[in-house]
Amino acid sequence: MLKVNNITKTFGGLTALEDVSLSVSPGSITGIIGPNGAGKTTLFNIITGLYTQSAGKVFLEGKNISYFPPEALAGLGMVRTFQNVELFGQMTVWENVMVGLHTKSSSGFFGCAFKLPRQIKEEKLIREKSMRWLDFTGIADIARMRADNLPFGKSRLLEISRALALEPRIILMDEPAAGLNSRETLQLAAVIRRIKELGITVVLVEHDMDLVMDICESIIVLNLGKKLAQGTPREVQENPEVIAAYLGED
Amino acid sequence: MDNNYLQLFQYILSGLANGSIYALIGFGFAIIHNATGIINFAQGEFVMLGGMLTLFFLVFCGFPLAPSIILSVLIATIIGVSFERLAIRPLKNAKPIRLIIITIGASIFIRGAAMLVWGKDTHALPAFSGTDPLYLAGATIMPQHLWIFGITLLVIVFSRIFFNHSIIGKAMRACAYNPQAASLVGIDVKIMVMISFAISAAIGSLAGIIIAPLTMTSYDVGIMLGLKGFCAVIIGGMSSGLGTVMGGLLLGLLEALGAGFISASYKDAIAFIILLLILFLRPQGLFGAKETERV
Amino acid sequence: MITEEKRQVFIFLIFALALLAAPFFFRESYLLTVLVFIGIHTMLAVSLNLLMGYAGQISLGHAAFFGLGAYLSGILTTRFGLDPWLVIILAAICAAVVAFVIGFPILKLKGHYLAMATLGFGIIIYIFFNETVDWTGGPSGLPSIPSLQIGTIIFDNDLNNYYLVWIITLCVMLLSINLSQSRIGRALRAVHDSEVAARVMGINAWFLKVQIFTVSAFISAVAGSLYAHAMTFISPASFGFNFSVELVTMVVVGGLGSIYGSFLGAAILTVLPEFLRVFEDFDVVIYGFLLIIMNMFMPGGLISGLELLAQKVALKIKKKRPSDA
Repeated sequence: MLKVNNITKTFGGLTALEDVSLSVSPGSITGIIGPNGAGKTTLFNIITGLYTQSAGKVFLEGKNISYFPPEALAGLGMVRTFQNVELFGQMTVWENVMVGLHTKSSSGFFGCAFKLPRQIKEEKLIREKSMRWLDFTGIADIARMRADNLPFGKSRLLEISRALALEPRIILMDEPAAGLNSRETLQLAAVIRRIKELGITVVLVEHDMDLVMDICESIIVLNLGKKLAQGTPREVQENPEVIAAYLGED
Repeated sequence: MDNNYLQLFQYILSGLANGSIYALIGFGFAIIHNATGIINFAQGEFVMLGGMLTLFFLVFCGFPLAPSIILSVLIATIIGVSFERLAIRPLKNAKPIRLIIITIGASIFIRGAAMLVWGKDTHALPAFSGTDPLYLAGATIMPQHLWIFGITLLVIVFSRIFFNHSIIGKAMRACAYNPQAASLVGIDVKIMVMISFAISAAIGSLAGIIIAPLTMTSYDVGIMLGLKGFCAVIIGGMSSGLGTVMGGLLLGLLEALGAGFISASYKDAIAFIILLLILFLRPQGLFGAKETERV
Repeated sequence: MITEEKRQVFIFLIFALALLAAPFFFRESYLLTVLVFIGIHTMLAVSLNLLMGYAGQISLGHAAFFGLGAYLSGILTTRFGLDPWLVIILAAICAAVVAFVIGFPILKLKGHYLAMATLGFGIIIYIFFNETVDWTGGPSGLPSIPSLQIGTIIFDNDLNNYYLVWIITLCVMLLSINLSQSRIGRALRAVHDSEVAARVMGINAWFLKVQIFTVSAFISAVAGSLYAHAMTFISPASFGFNFSVELVTMVVVGGLGSIYGSFLGAAILTVLPEFLRVFEDFDVVIYGFLLIIMNMFMPGGLISGLELLAQKVALKIKKKRPSDA
């Protein structure tokens, strides 16, 4: 599904990533872990088109997406969520998810301004579909609430609903469990499992080890900008280098 | 000396004089921007206030030149600081669009107040040391030109010393790089911001005073001067140092040469075309360092 | 069941009817003239609001597009004798093309840089109007612009112009309201709230900004053409930085992101100078003051203030009748 070849990224004098390669199999739940500063978010940003790598390539389902911007990646079925939830604060919860359907709709300025029949039909469809995604994560009851009034846990779920509305083939989540309490984390795990059941590939960057070990089928460990290990949870847990890297941490 | 050379020299001279002013105004923009991240649209109005206030004290109050200048700079500084305390500080974390609108509002307000108090006429400020021109290799230099270059140089040297060697100056630079870290080591960011406004207002008003004898002053000189100062600082890459000076001088030169050899009436348009070109093609300026991505 | 959509349509109908019926109550020519201006200003404010309120992109040079429409209409009808109605379309398309071309580089900029660039653009166009005396008549202006005409109806008096301007303005308002509640409107607001998230959702933020900039310029130019034909005389002074700032004030005071707010803002800022005629030069100070105060204390504009008031009133009514709750 996703292949990353020899990615290197330098910022001025700092090498954030050095020759990192990994692959993600379709339909799997893959976790990327590593101590702080390991380069996880940098790698994420490169894969999702927000940063440009200094060297290396990224492939999505065999297609070279190395320099594609985020809006192009959305068209190819890749979506991501953010560590600091990036909601459309002034819009309602429902409207946020409706934006997720932007690539699945096509009415333009003319159609929307003049309310052509095609647009009216499409709008109805957008509303229905987005409501279903709100149901999926269980936040349909707050559909009309303004997004920046949401409690944190719900705003994470909203971001996921919105991302799913895009009907992606792969979803990348940047620390989805950050700031969630244990009950909310379990809720998140359940949502992620249901996403996998839809056939969507999931990749997450995470610090919460319980969550990672619980739901991930494959784990990639980064440390100091380099890939340390890749394998099943058990393999990674027993890897002496990984243990050494985390010494003193979780 | 050949007539054409003389003409060229005159253009260059007036271009450099104007350019020095643009550089000073640009300094003001840079200092506030580096301390707070915002562009103070009202900067041009401090320039206007400098000239108008000095005129007021000189002509209507009958004070001698030096005290008039000092008083004007002082009052402009006070207005600058008041503006910061009243309108900027309460909105520290607002979206940029709000702050832009507020500084625009302030610039309009100050300009309107000046119009009410002093009317719409243009006035000439008397030159500091008379109008007898000096002759250099057959070309004419006004003593005011020397004042302009001299004072600009002084300001540059002073600000170099201030920002690089004084505690407050270094503290301000620290705030510009990383306000959170700065406050963690005990720097009061609020005071630094206030000082940045004070310095910008002072330099701005001074710039307005030294150019007024050459180019007249009125309630609405602030807009154009402010914009051109902004242009200078953009060319210079938002630096509060040599970059802006180069930017200002370059702008002044291009403007003067363009007005002289192409068309005088489109003179102002030259500055803005340059501004747009720089913003489009090299927004980090000709003399600024390229920004590295934030991790 | 009153759905949100039906409520919106209802409000608009009331608004439109009130405006279309207004001349019957304001027979006095002077008031009608003011209302015509309010109409033109509303059209301008709405177009600017689409850019500033929805997409969140500031423009301090919008008077330039207003001026382009006015001057193109003026010049092409007086010097070339072209059909005024055709020229309105041509002028608007021309302004739109200018906006489209300049939009790409300008809208790559953000925040203050965008503000300055639009300001610079506006001033360049203004200087252009002032200096190309052969075409525009320069600072003395362009006189004798013909009035518009449909069959035997000549738009040379306040009543006719009122209906012409307001019918078009109401159409613009309706189309803008439709747009704001649609997929495009959501995309615009998304770009405003979080450009990065909008891009991740597949919205080409840059291109969308250019598109709305173009649409906004088109509408402003139409307003300019109408203005030229209604006034029959135009001069560069109406299309400079001061007017651009006035437009921004209208949008801010009325409420960024609210179409009805733009009407409020336009109305207030058109009427204010009339009230202040006695204090002639106070208008500049007041604009500045208004911008500062509104932004500090009521960033949502008057519309948000009114909505808050309406909510409070509604709450008070609910409290007084607990049995109906």
